[in-house]
Amino acid sequence: MSEDKSLEKLKAAKEKWEQGSVQKTLSKAPERRKVFTSISDIPVERLYTPLDVADLDYERDLGFPGEYPFTRGVQPTMYRGRFWTMRQYAGFGSARESNARYRYLLEQGQTGLSVAFDLPTQAGYDSDHPLSMGEVGKVGVAIDSIEDMRVLFDSIPLDKVTTSMTINAPATVLLAMYLAIAEEQGVPFGKVGGTVQNDILKEITVRGQYIYPPKPSMRLTVDLIDYCFKEVPKWNSISISGYHIREAGSTAGQEMAFTLADGIAYVQACVDRGMAVDSFAPRLSFFFNSFTNVLEEVAKFRAGRRYWAKVMKERFGAKDPRSMMMRYHVQTGGVTLTAQQPINNVVRVALQAYAAALGGCQSLHTNSYDEALCLPTQEAVTVALRTQQIVAEESGAADTIDPLAGCYFVEAMTDRIEAEIDDYIKKIDAMGGTLAAIEQGFVQKEIQNSAYRFQREIESGERVYVGINKYTMEEPPPANLLKVDMSVGEVEAAKLKKLRAERDAGKWKAALDHLREVSQSEENVMPAVIEAVKARATVGEICDVWRGIYGEYRPKEFV
Amino acid sequence: MAQERKIKIIVAKPGLDGHDRGAKLLARIFAEAGMEVVYTGLRQTPEMIVEAALQEDADVVGLSSLSGVHNYFFPRVVELLREKGLDDVLVVGGGIIPLEDVDGLKSAGVKAIFGPGTDTNAIVDFIKNNVRN
Repeated sequence: MSEDKSLEKLKAAKEKWEQGSVQKTLSKAPERRKVFTSISDIPVERLYTPLDVADLDYERDLGFPGEYPFTRGVQPTMYRGRFWTMRQYAGFGSARESNARYRYLLEQGQTGLSVAFDLPTQAGYDSDHPLSMGEVGKVGVAIDSIEDMRVLFDSIPLDKVTTSMTINAPATVLLAMYLAIAEEQGVPFGKVGGTVQNDILKEITVRGQYIYPPKPSMRLTVDLIDYCFKEVPKWNSISISGYHIREAGSTAGQEMAFTLADGIAYVQACVDRGMAVDSFAPRLSFFFNSFTNVLEEVAKFRAGRRYWAKVMKERFGAKDPRSMMMRYHVQTGGVTLTAQQPINNVVRVALQAYAAALGGCQSLHTNSYDEALCLPTQEAVTVALRTQQIVAEESGAADTIDPLAGCYFVEAMTDRIEAEIDDYIKKIDAMGGTLAAIEQGFVQKEIQNSAYRFQREIESGERVYVGINKYTMEEPPPANLLKVDMSVGEVEAAKLKKLRAERDAGKWKAALDHLREVSQSEENVMPAVIEAVKARATVGEICDVWRGIYGEYRPKEFV
Repeated sequence: MAQERKIKIIVAKPGLDGHDRGAKLLARIFAEAGMEVVYTGLRQTPEMIVEAALQEDADVVGLSSLSGVHNYFFPRVVELLREKGLDDVLVVGGGIIPLEDVDGLKSAGVKAIFGPGTDTNAIVDFIKNNVRN
């Protein structure tokens, strides 16, 4: 029997089932709701069958792990070789306190570091700047100079541990400090591995840690990518991030679409600089969210991998398969955590981590259950790390590759999300690219509309959130929250005063003058930034050089 | 009949915090509830927020912080409002604010703190019931 005939037969059988068994049951007991939708508002049918994947061509659409179009994963053996990197985002207070937390996490079996910087560092201000008031050491570690960076990585061998740094507008400065410390440890640049986020477009759309206008920001981004390709070959020079897009309220499809649109903009900027696509593209990496709706998340990751592979091959003419791989880090959804009955968050995080594993991530951060209340305590961080260790070691998700492939629902959802991505990319292209779409507020408004819809669904009770609008209860106020020492700001300010008094002023001034000169030319800024941090110039001083040249960015607000 | 004056609210993000999902969402919900809304955008100092309240003749200032700086910023805004003679401006706040900080903020003059998971209708009602006449 031909395939068409067998599908026709199946279609008839399905109709019979719907009119028979289903109708009979419905007449006695209606379903819980008229229309079922995923958390991203994608309609979900009662049943998926081969009819929903009739167009699926295995070799064309799925292929094999480690091969184009990478739907099933970017490595041939995936987690049968080794698990994803377990990387908990951490940092608070002073460099000394954060160093202690990192060493604790490494002792507990964590395999990579992920540095959270405080907001002044992320916004390019020193700890003693007026705008840093109240913020020093709060949501991450305070780093002002190479002196702090040395303490942060004390007794951590930078040739053995890879480090991810969530830093964007001042990414060049923090990478320069990291490289300088590696050099002090005797580790050649070629052996240094890690990631800087370096993704300014999502700062402008959703995260808010921008400094300069988009154009000079993109120049710094590309300088870093170009420098790493030449000098630090194991470094992931950008982490194109959908995480914050999702946190800001987007759907799963929007998260993937807007992230890949940003990716296209970065690749184009590098190509425009004259870089060959296969030179830098293998070092591009991505960063996504993972929510509790496991199957939708898995479909999102698979759709993104397949779409990006096509973009790189067809749009940018990449030849090296590594250029086509969407390699990515995942963090579980911070915004999904509730302050109510916070221990329930352990379960949410477990499902989200399971989705990340089934989806084929390269590294994973699992959130702590107390994060809707405060920065995580050591106890909560330990449970979070154990959660992904349980997923890795006990759930079986890591033992076979892409185990949900061929699942009618997951394949249909993968196609659906890929179509949504394609739709958005076409729209954004028609607007003149992602930067134009951002300037018009298109991306922001799409995200805000989704956030609004979700909020209304929760408040109307249409969508259930356990502990928020159903199964609520009176509970005692939470205890044992992490408190960040309020005196960090004063301590850091005193350290800065000492640094400025003691450093070689001539060398410091010469380094900043040279940086200013290079920044006004077309030369790559990275070597001059490294020279400046070694001359003990601070994050704020270096960022001020660029503020002087490029000015500061003030976005239009779209509400 | 004279039209009732709309409640005017400044929604502000003090400090360097970039988490603006809640602030933007509430700006929209306040507008739909019939209020006149001014959203300041990010990176506001207490001085900038109070200046906006003065310029706009605002009835309410809503502050949002998720970066742990509420204990510094929120009381400072109240203090500056008082210095400018804007004692009757209702100040409310929200974000990630530990319960143990709430009493301190209230005694500093922040009239209500709305944590994660709060029903937005409750926020609208609170403002309508507590705003100056």
